[in-house]
Amino acid sequence: MKYIDQEQVQNKMSSRLIKNNILKTLFALATMFGIVVLVILIVRVLTQGLAWIDMDFITGKLSTNADRAGIMGAILGTLWLMAVVIPVTLVLGVATAIYLELYAPKGKLQAIIQTNIANLAGVPSIVYGLLGLTVFVRAMEFGNVVLAGGLTLSLLVLPIVIVAAQEAIRAVPQHLSEASFGMGATKWQTVKNIVLPAALPGILTGAILALSRAIGETAPLTVIGIPALLIPFPEGIFDSFTVMPMQIYYWTIDSVLVEEYAYLAAATIIVLLLMLFILNSIAVIIRNKFQRRY
Amino acid sequence: MSLKTESKPSFTPIAQETFLDKKVVYDTKDLNLWYGDTHALKDINLSIYEKEVTAIIGPSGCGKSTYIKTLNRMVELVPTVRTTGTITYNGMSILDKKFRVEDLRTRVGMVFQKPNPFPKSIYDNVAYGPKIHGIRNKKILDEIVEKSLRGASIWDEVKDRLKENAYGLSGGQQQRLCIARCLAIEPDVILMDEPTSALDPKSTLRIEELVQELKKDYSIIIVTHNMQQAARISDRTAFFLNGEVIEFDQTDNIFTKPADSRTEDYISGRFG
Ligand SMILES: Nc1ncnc2c1ncn2[C@@H]1O[C@H](COP(=O)(O)OP(=O)(O)OP(=O)(O)O)[C@@H](O)[C@H]1O
Ligand SMILES: [Mg+2]
Repeated sequence: MKYIDQEQVQNKMSSRLIKNNILKTLFALATMFGIVVLVILIVRVLTQGLAWIDMDFITGKLSTNADRAGIMGAILGTLWLMAVVIPVTLVLGVATAIYLELYAPKGKLQAIIQTNIANLAGVPSIVYGLLGLTVFVRAMEFGNVVLAGGLTLSLLVLPIVIVAAQEAIRAVPQHLSEASFGMGATKWQTVKNIVLPAALPGILTGAILALSRAIGETAPLTVIGIPALLIPFPEGIFDSFTVMPMQIYYWTIDSVLVEEYAYLAAATIIVLLLMLFILNSIAVIIRNKFQRRY
Repeated sequence: MSLKTESKPSFTPIAQETFLDKKVVYDTKDLNLWYGDTHALKDINLSIYEKEVTAIIGPSGCGKSTYIKTLNRMVELVPTVRTTGTITYNGMSILDKKFRVEDLRTRVGMVFQKPNPFPKSIYDNVAYGPKIHGIRNKKILDEIVEKSLRGASIWDEVKDRLKENAYGLSGGQQQRLCIARCLAIEPDVILMDEPTSALDPKSTLRIEELVQELKKDYSIIIVTHNMQQAARISDRTAFFLNGEVIEFDQTDNIFTKPADSRTEDYISGRFG
């Protein structure tokens, strides 16, 4: 005797299919919601800000006069910040990932470190700001310069880079490193010649995504005290600086005083989004170009 | 009559060979191995002779891979592994924690079940071993690459495409490339773990012929699920079952007059 009664199955089939269709619609609506919000946001920003973007705005100095204000200082600040964040996170992040994945004895300690890294990724960014203020600005007496901001943001995104690098390293097929070990290669030789080249695309993708997170941050930088004053362009990592998100923040707050500031903020958002878009595209290109089959 | 022939009758065939002709490369004494609580190898005693092909046969999960991975200590990549007993390689006790695995593995090459070339060019695959052992001279590297590829009888097929990625090769070619890569470190011993199980019959035959060729210069230990293969290419065969060596003898004896009924059952296909 059969357990599945064909007739009964067919009777219930239409109600099952209806249920399936309803859920399909719900899932589609949920997806649409996010997309619609995003489109509204972008349209609003573009209509407000696009008219304000021109060469003078990009290359100009900060000014209280909305017509003359430019964001070159903030762009340079963001670039200098990246110049600190990229090497620091790559070196620390990749080294940590290599250690945890390939060298650390698998045991309690490693599990504890791993959990902590995962937890660190969830710590609110303002807390990192406090850490940066205490350690880099005050204890190490850097002051509120690019270096202090960069190190603070590096700590903030380090967990992201570590986890991404770990995943990339783990995705390198074991049989490749076994082949290398089997020829008498040391761990480091294997890491350098086999594992890292294969993991590099994944690591870079993670690093770039972390970077775009870092350059969009405001909270930790407010805490370490980024000046909203008219300061000269930063020329190195020991200079005071401001960054685009901070500029957006201050202009938005002050738009109750000067209405045009809101448009300047929108224009800055466009530039920032463009920069993030470029970064993300680079990440995608790297991922596609170097994607290897094993 | 020489002393040698005179003394012949007093020895069993195996013993005679052992004492008079063949040098032991690997000597395994009372080897036990655990993965955590799994007792994977039990009291293994086995001698591997120089410039012979030693086949290891037995049903799935009986510890064949574990054993040959112990011979180059690759098994230690599994963190829970624990061993007791000794293995000597040319008189050196290799399970000693003080013994450097890197030294061992430059003299004992390994070919894996699935062809595993690096995602590099054919040339760089073969040059990898010599390079990590410090050879930088381009001329010497060229020479090693050609010699190794010839040794693995794949030179003619790849000599015009050395700069191409190794993944462009067929599975059988990839496996011979892996053998070439292994020859490039100029080992004394080659460990092969089911090197033909992922290959078609024709590629399999080529590898078998290659093994016959290689044993002139190398001692070869080969794990295989293919009984005919063991019978065709090996000089000696060890039959593993549940982590134990049930029988170890010259291949002819194993396949024609096995001493243990379980060996007979296995080779006649009654289990495994
Ligand atoms: N990494 C591991 N961790 C735990 N147990 C393992 C591990 N590798 C192998 N074992 C166990 O050790 C025993 C021997 O395994 P091994 O791989 O040596 O068998 P095998 O004879 O090579 O089998 P096959 O013919 O299927 O390749 C099996 O019981 C297996 O489950
Ligand atoms: Mg196996």
